[in-house]
Amino acid sequence: MSRIRKQRAAQSASTDPRAMPDRVAGLRAPAQEPVLDEIDRRLINAFQGGFPICERPFQVAAETLGLDEETLIARIDALLKAGVLTRFGPLFNADRMGGVNVLAAMSLPPAKFENIVEFVNLQPEIAHNYQREHALNLWFVGAAETPEKVEATFAYIESVSGFPIYRFPKEREFFVELKLEA
Amino acid sequence: MSNLDAIDFRLVAACQAGLPLTPRPYHAIAERLGLTPDEVMARMNAMLENGVIRRIGMVPNHYALGYTANGMTVWDVADARVDELGERIGRLPFVSHCYRRPRNPPLWPYNLFAMVHAKNRAQARAYADEIAAVLADACRQSDILYSSRMLKKTGLRLVD
Repeated sequence: MSRIRKQRAAQSASTDPRAMPDRVAGLRAPAQEPVLDEIDRRLINAFQGGFPICERPFQVAAETLGLDEETLIARIDALLKAGVLTRFGPLFNADRMGGVNVLAAMSLPPAKFENIVEFVNLQPEIAHNYQREHALNLWFVGAAETPEKVEATFAYIESVSGFPIYRFPKEREFFVELKLEA
Repeated sequence: MSNLDAIDFRLVAACQAGLPLTPRPYHAIAERLGLTPDEVMARMNAMLENGVIRRIGMVPNHYALGYTANGMTVWDVADARVDELGERIGRLPFVSHCYRRPRNPPLWPYNLFAMVHAKNRAQARAYADEIAAVLADACRQSDILYSSRMLKKTGLRLVD
């Protein structure tokens, strides 16, 4: 049975934000679950955090699992290319960097959904964006250096799309740590 | 009010796409930024300690690991009790994110959000049942919103 282990972890994965205002084909659920072998699973379970900071971190990390450096690097590279990992590296906490994240939602009719999503995704301030099964069927996060900048982006999306954005800024954070067991 | 200086920001920007997959990744970053490897590693350690970096490692794609039932469970909890109960819900082993957020009635009566990740909806519902048991009569109504599609995931954007 799968479960989530609590460990210091993360809210947001990230690729190069300037790379493309993407439609994120690669982030759709893969048609089939990729085949992971025992070593892949051990790696994923062991290194969702705690990757060392030292001259040869891959070597140090590999040794704890009885692997060699070259194998570990090749495995991580393959997992990234297969889309099993969205990222490998440090995960940053926007709040601590002086930035702001605001969760928001829209209720869009199916006929306009795809076009508006494409427009929403084009805004660089929009980070995560998910379709969810609810009257509020689009949920995204606006992230910027200031609350005003997030608000300006939301107002712009509202004016162009003609649909209101429901804002759900966090009032209190009780817990943020995600570790998925492979 | 950022904890970061200009060099930290350059470092964060250099790591945004991930660590280089080379035997000496911090040295590679140092070279790219014109810093010494020791300075890069010291700054990374400091950012880990002060929480600017939450962690360093692999970020799996939920779907690729079979976590297809990603449910945002949402709860309408009595205002007087939501903070105390939010702390307890956040400690449940299967809850990855837990926040108090504003209601937006009538469409949105919920003020407590807890994310659960499961390999099927039966499991996600079982998790929600455990949350409901903790909230008990402090909860008036609830829902689970499953994500049917990930449309964008770029994560943080930085001040350039």
